Amino acid sequence: MSTFPLLEVDGLERRFDVSAPWLNRVIERRPKQILKAVDGVSFSIPRGETLALVGESGCGKSTIAKLVVGLYPPSGGTITFRGDERRVQMIFQDPFASLNPRWRVGRIVAEPIRTLEPGRPDAEVEARVAELLATVGLNAGDGTKYPHEFSGGQRQRISIARALAGEPEFLVCDEPTSALDVSVQAQILNLMKRLQRQFELTYLFISHDLSVVRHMADTIAVMYLGRIVEIAPTAELFAHPRHPYTRLLLETIPDLEAPKRDRTPMAGEVPSPIDPPEGCAFHPRCPLAFDRCKTERPELAGEPDRHRTACFAALPVASAASCVAPARAQSRST
Amino acid sequence: MAEPVLDIRNLSVAFPTRHGVLTAVDDISLEIAAGEILGVVGESGAGKSMTGMAVLGLLEPPGRIAAGEIRLEGERIDQLGEAGMQKVRGRRIGAIFQDPLTSLHPLFSVGDQLVETIRFHLKLGRDAARARALDLLREVGIPAAESRIDHYPHQFSGGMRQRVVIALALSADPDLIIADEPTTALDVSIQAQITALLKRLCREHGTAVMLVTHDMGVIAETADRVAVMYAGRLAEVGPVAEVVRQPRHPYTKGLMGSIPSLRREVEELVQIDGSMPRLNAIPRGCAFNPRCGHAGPRCRKERPSLAHGRVACWLEQGGVQP
Ligand SMILES: Nc1ncnc2c1ncn2[C@@H]1O[C@H](COP(=O)(O)OP(=O)(O)OP(=O)(O)O)[C@@H](O)[C@H]1O
Ligand SMILES: Nc1ncnc2c1ncn2[C@@H]1O[C@H](COP(=O)(O)OP(=O)(O)O)[C@@H](O)[C@H]1O
Ligand code: SF4
Ligand code: SF4
Ligand SMILES: [Mg+2]
Ligand SMILES: [Mg+2]
Repeated sequence: MSTFPLLEVDGLERRFDVSAPWLNRVIERRPKQILKAVDGVSFSIPRGETLALVGESGCGKSTIAKLVVGLYPPSGGTITFRGDERRVQMIFQDPFASLNPRWRVGRIVAEPIRTLEPGRPDAEVEARVAELLATVGLNAGDGTKYPHEFSGGQRQRISIARALAGEPEFLVCDEPTSALDVSVQAQILNLMKRLQRQFELTYLFISHDLSVVRHMADTIAVMYLGRIVEIAPTAELFAHPRHPYTRLLLETIPDLEAPKRDRTPMAGEVPSPIDPPEGCAFHPRCPLAFDRCKTERPELAGEPDRHRTACFAALPVASAASCVAPARAQSRST
Repeated sequence: MAEPVLDIRNLSVAFPTRHGVLTAVDDISLEIAAGEILGVVGESGAGKSMTGMAVLGLLEPPGRIAAGEIRLEGERIDQLGEAGMQKVRGRRIGAIFQDPLTSLHPLFSVGDQLVETIRFHLKLGRDAARARALDLLREVGIPAAESRIDHYPHQFSGGMRQRVVIALALSADPDLIIADEPTTALDVSIQAQITALLKRLCREHGTAVMLVTHDMGVIAETADRVAVMYAGRLAEVGPVAEVVRQPRHPYTKGLMGSIPSLRREVEELVQIDGSMPRLNAIPRGCAFNPRCGHAGPRCRKERPSLAHGRVACWLEQGGVQP
């Protein structure tokens, strides 16, 4: 068995040109505007494991998903996939938009099989589709219906059945449950975990929900403005968060088991990736920021394959607890 | 006990369709006191928004209030008609929706919109209204309000727009605010800012708030009491700490168990199989019975009522046997 990770991403970059049309730019004398959606991201995923990308809207999660499955070419960096390229599948947030409304469910699920093995007899394909529908908890009879006849959760099951039809070894899941109610989310997450065990799947799992990510991931990468600011095994990240942004996230998400009813939330907003702050992009919101943070950009550092943080002030595990106090001393904003 | 600000009695909301009448809200009763935040939770389609819209008088025809009464400070408002409700909305009931852009006009500056609303409801002069608009923007935490007041909605971030909408909702110092998924479209760090703001304003102004959301976490941190809706009905109502820590209705228990924990490893999440019924296929008896592990013959025949209790379930009212 190979000890190399199934997926390795190194220094990945993706820039978008978001300039005004050329003529306007010339008349108004505005420079070209380049948005760095993904700005030097590295991670690897061992076979059979789940790596989660978590972060707020616009930080570059979906762009990484699209780069990894090849929907976008990278502007820089490398993606090494040590598997069968044809056996990479993607599940999207909006199961409706990603299913062809004019196709019956049976045809939707059969499509990857027909792409993979164009010569396979119809009867076999049909039997396989029925089996897949059963695997994801739908009835064989559902194959004759159209996507609009299903609820959101059922549509996500259809997407998963379609992904499985391609006999994937690697699945990129971009917010697969964000559009679903929590009880339906539980059904889908349970299903995804079961399928992972059963078929030894490897997941790149994207979500903005830390509790979902905690449930699903072996390793979590926290992103801020196109970069990974902290990456660690799940239990380690929750027990010893080091980056001030990770701590901010952990402090602000509502916790059912210990509701913070008298919070003074941190002020500030997510800056625009078109014109990110100099130095450490988090410095305008960071309670620990000092001079160096305004000019120099911190790189990920720490124990490779264990816990790495991109922060000049991030402390090693032993003294992390003493750091919580300053992180809490936040300005009132409300 | 003081009279509640909002008193909903046996409210039903119905949509007549070609295939029969759909009951989106089915015989629910709720009260909210001054300074109290009542959270209304449930899955999409449970009837949360329709309850709020009924109170605001904003049901889209053919949707209508089919039964029940809605009282604001003791006075019935469910029969006022559109002209009457126009005076109530904005003046006595403020509204905050998920997408701030539905409440803001893109072509007017936020200052103009605030001044307009304030003058319509409070009969203030232009200068006094502008001064109040500035105060409101400061109060909801818009930095440099003096320079931001003349900006247009598109010049604000999502979180800042929602602050402006809150300022609009507060502009006539209403008795009640209906906030329907006010933080759902926002990032978590901004969500926390907005819920903390709502809480502080409600406390300081003594405003009653109906906070409609599907997010239990937001409810746990913000609401004083919570009402859990299922298929247009109330499943459980009670103090937030009790409902979150010791849910009693089988549906609420399942709902709470299905939320992944931030503190514990759980191998498998609690799963309520199936899904909420559509309005045209609500089962007889308890609407939850096909999905409930405790269901007995009585649950399939008779509908349990919340009565004066906390939980609409036969388990708490004499058992599931007939
Ligand atoms: N095709 C594109 N052209 C221009 N800009 C883009 C394009 N795709 C993404 N971006 C920008 O790149 C940044 C990252 O976007 P991305 O969709 O990856 O974010 P995300 O982390 O998935 O956010 P969300 O949580 O909202 O889904 C954003 O600022 C976005 O506006
Ligand atoms: N115009 C309409 N015609 C028929 N049914 C409607 C209409 N508007 C809403 N409904 C139904 O009313 C129910 C409650 O909706 P709503 O209050 O919006 O739910 P939520 O709890 O998600 O806010 C849903 O089943 C919805 O489909
Ligand atoms: S590098 Fe500086 S600004 Fe950035 S997170 Fe660390 S302390 Fe804060
Ligand atoms: S009334 Fe019966 S079916 Fe309904 S929740 Fe209670 S036990 Fe379950
Ligand atoms: Mg995305
Ligand atoms: Mg709603």
